[in-house]
Amino acid sequence: MRVTQGTFSYLPELTDDQIRAQVQYCIDKGYAVNLEFTDDPHPRNTYWEMWGLPMFDTRDAAAVMTELAECRRTYGDRYIRISAFDSTHGWESLRLSFIVNRPADEPGLKLVRQETGGRNIRYTTVPYATEKPEGQRYGVV
Amino acid sequence: MPDTMTPPPSHDPALRVDLQAEMRETQVGEVLAQLDRELVGLAPVKARIRQIAALLLVDRARKRLGLQAETPTLHMSFTGNPGTGKTTVAKRMAEILHRLGYVRRGHLVSVTRDDLVGQYIGHTAPKTKEILKRAMGGVLFIDEAYYLYRPENERDYGQEAIEMLLQVMENQRDDLVVILAGYADRMDKFFRSNPGFRSRIAHHVDFPDYSDGELLVIAEKMLEGQNYRLSEPAKEALAAYIGARRTQPHFANARSIRNALDRARLRQAVRHFEDPGDGLTLDDLMTIEASDILASRVLTQEGRLDPQPTAGDTP
Repeated sequence: MRVTQGTFSYLPELTDDQIRAQVQYCIDKGYAVNLEFTDDPHPRNTYWEMWGLPMFDTRDAAAVMTELAECRRTYGDRYIRISAFDSTHGWESLRLSFIVNRPADEPGLKLVRQETGGRNIRYTTVPYATEKPEGQRYGVV
Repeated sequence: MPDTMTPPPSHDPALRVDLQAEMRETQVGEVLAQLDRELVGLAPVKARIRQIAALLLVDRARKRLGLQAETPTLHMSFTGNPGTGKTTVAKRMAEILHRLGYVRRGHLVSVTRDDLVGQYIGHTAPKTKEILKRAMGGVLFIDEAYYLYRPENERDYGQEAIEMLLQVMENQRDDLVVILAGYADRMDKFFRSNPGFRSRIAHHVDFPDYSDGELLVIAEKMLEGQNYRLSEPAKEALAAYIGARRTQPHFANARSIRNALDRARLRQAVRHFEDPGDGLTLDDLMTIEASDILASRVLTQEGRLDPQPTAGDTP
């Protein structure tokens, strides 16, 4: 199951040139571009690992693409996303975030139904991948 | 650009490039003219930059006709004594490269050894990478580049920065242009011990010292920019000052002149402060008199070579 999270997630995978164009747009808007990766694709997982520091003072997307290439070399088997942080007063939050790398094989999410009192049902989603320990979830290693 | 640079006449109009139109489109001529106008002297440098710009313009035209695909190596080394305008020219170079489409943003990131080399193990790589990332899409200007290499200390971290630089200079030629700058003799030594750099640098530009006359013109331009002017005797005094200053140690061309002018402004202010007379006119406030310059230590102690540099006069 293809995980859809963030902007552009219903589009086909962005090519590197398309990613570069998006990143340049963010830089031109004055956002700090940041790379994050994770192997826990749960939609409520907000704790993705950071790949280095957010790039506050880059002028060109080439810098981000270099970092992305390096991140893919190390964590090519995980999800990698690019996020753009707007520090202007009043915003101070992410303006854009999209996935730029995903594992070759995505087992998807399991839906768990918990039957509770009064015929109520609680729903929980669990990524199949997280049943394995961190770092061993997507085949490699 | 002379007409001789247009390609040989071809019968197919699709295989013709109008260099004049290309010049207009890129507005590179404008930058070159600005360079000519604003920088005094430096004739060989201007000629060199004109050559480089012509080469790149023709390369661009060739590329358009499918003659050449590879990005030319654009890394440069600027050698010359301090205060000869290396940084200023580098800024213009960044703009020229930007106009011609060889760098995407055209900004200049100016660094020295301290910005690249770390203090402890593992500190250098992130620092250098940070600078390289900042410079991407523009020009990285490394002043006094030879300090990166310290052969007397084999555990110096400079080597690490050099290796990262070389790698980026080779692999990311589209993203970044590196300009190394420094004294000619030390740069030579640096290149001899790091042959990797020499082979990756396409253009060596040598900056000559300014002549006395040129320095005087520069001084007047500087003052004009600050809304000051020299009185006639002051001009003569400054000419004498330049001649005397040159023979003293730590002479840094235009920079020494700027420092001298700063001190002259100081003396002018003190002169008016001590003796306000019956009010100052606009003319008084703008004019620097001969006495403001003649009071300089350089002239009062002429003939005596002072090994101690004057404050603020370090090269």
